[in-house]
Amino acid sequence: MHVTMSVNGEDVAKDIEPRTLLVHFIRDDLGLTGTHWGCDTSNCGTCVVSLDGTPVKSCTVLAAMADGHAVRTVEGLETAGTLDPIQQGFIEEHGLQCGFCTPGMLITGRELLDRNPHPTELEIREAISGQICRCTGYATIVRAIQWAADHPAGAAAVEQETVQS
Amino acid sequence: MQIPAPFEYARATSLDDAIALLTRYGDDALVVAGGHSLLPMMKLRLARPDWLIDINELHELDYVRRHGDELRIGALARHRTLLESAEIAALFPIMTEAERVVADPIVRNRGTIGGSLCQADPAEDLSTVCAVLGAQAVIRSATGERVIGMDEFHQGPYETAVEFNEILVEVRIPIRPRSSSSYEKVERRVGDWAVAAAGGSVTLAADGTIEDAAIGVTAVGLSGRVTDAEAVLIGHRPTDALITEAGRMTSAAVDPMTDQRGSVEYKRHLAGELTQRVLKRAIARARRQEA
Repeated sequence: MHVTMSVNGEDVAKDIEPRTLLVHFIRDDLGLTGTHWGCDTSNCGTCVVSLDGTPVKSCTVLAAMADGHAVRTVEGLETAGTLDPIQQGFIEEHGLQCGFCTPGMLITGRELLDRNPHPTELEIREAISGQICRCTGYATIVRAIQWAADHPAGAAAVEQETVQS
Repeated sequence: MQIPAPFEYARATSLDDAIALLTRYGDDALVVAGGHSLLPMMKLRLARPDWLIDINELHELDYVRRHGDELRIGALARHRTLLESAEIAALFPIMTEAERVVADPIVRNRGTIGGSLCQADPAEDLSTVCAVLGAQAVIRSATGERVIGMDEFHQGPYETAVEFNEILVEVRIPIRPRSSSSYEKVERRVGDWAVAAAGGSVTLAADGTIEDAAIGVTAVGLSGRVTDAEAVLIGHRPTDALITEAGRMTSAAVDPMTDQRGSVEYKRHLAGELTQRVLKRAIARARRQEA
């Protein structure tokens, strides 16, 4: 079957098997390997991408279901070479070690801040509760998302602070 | 890599279109909404439909609205919508409390009430919620619509009254005065299936006695309601002793299995304890409503 969708703002069109899962479509058909593929069972959350602005586990969504819709992956977070504040937060607060869970955490974190710009720690922990990290114990991920909430200007805020100090 | 067996995909453009597709392809077709139960089963080849009918574009089935003394929920309403509904939280706290522990937040973005009920997994929370609330299921086919209670809807594990050429379109929940409800689940970690869960609903009479009560349990080998324990409550003033007795009877009525989530003894204990907790909360809430 033929599918067309917007991925990170660009229209893509491909012929696929109906059984193609969105995560494999993104990685194998589009070559966007920032989205990771983990448990296959919608438990680990590393495959989370945004579908029309809502985070979904792309191992449990058919690419066919995204036909005509808008997908955003971790590659779509930066704009014009500037990292999204959520990405900068993971740098500032060491929100990753091995990095396997990170693409999913970034998408979920971004969506959380889009609808709730000042989440409490509990709200952050709740938001990422469907995603597994085996390195950080989650503490630095929570701080990374808090950093992004506190610095909506992102990397620009870091430069500002550097200049001032 | 887990990949479903090959199938043909059809995206329904309207409810009539979905029913026409189901009628045409018969037993070889399955409806997919959120897909978070069906796609895993297809990956494991426990389900192998030749045709998958996608109803995600049928936005007319995605609603929560009050209609007289009923709350009507469209089959395509997502778990997240139900969790965030202030109307549901006010009328049926049992559903809000259950939605908080259905899978995880990302899964709740996709999963639907219709999908949960039609999957009819014995460990599924909303089946218990709908049974306790006395909900009715509206099922549509090419020839018309029928409305049935949850006891008739659920025919057994993974089995419902929905025929191959029919589709669940709506869930109707009666709104009753001086009533409230609660749900509590014990799970090993976020997103896991329940070790055990219980839901309870009560209606208080003007004199403070229990006019009506409903108890349901999840994942402990008893589908539908615990009518014996309900009968103990009805007509009496709610006391700790009475609630303890209802919990004891629920504990005796369930028929759980020992598995990696717990022993029979532990699950029996949970069924009784959780029943007492939800009844106490439901009664306290119903009293506040009266005030």
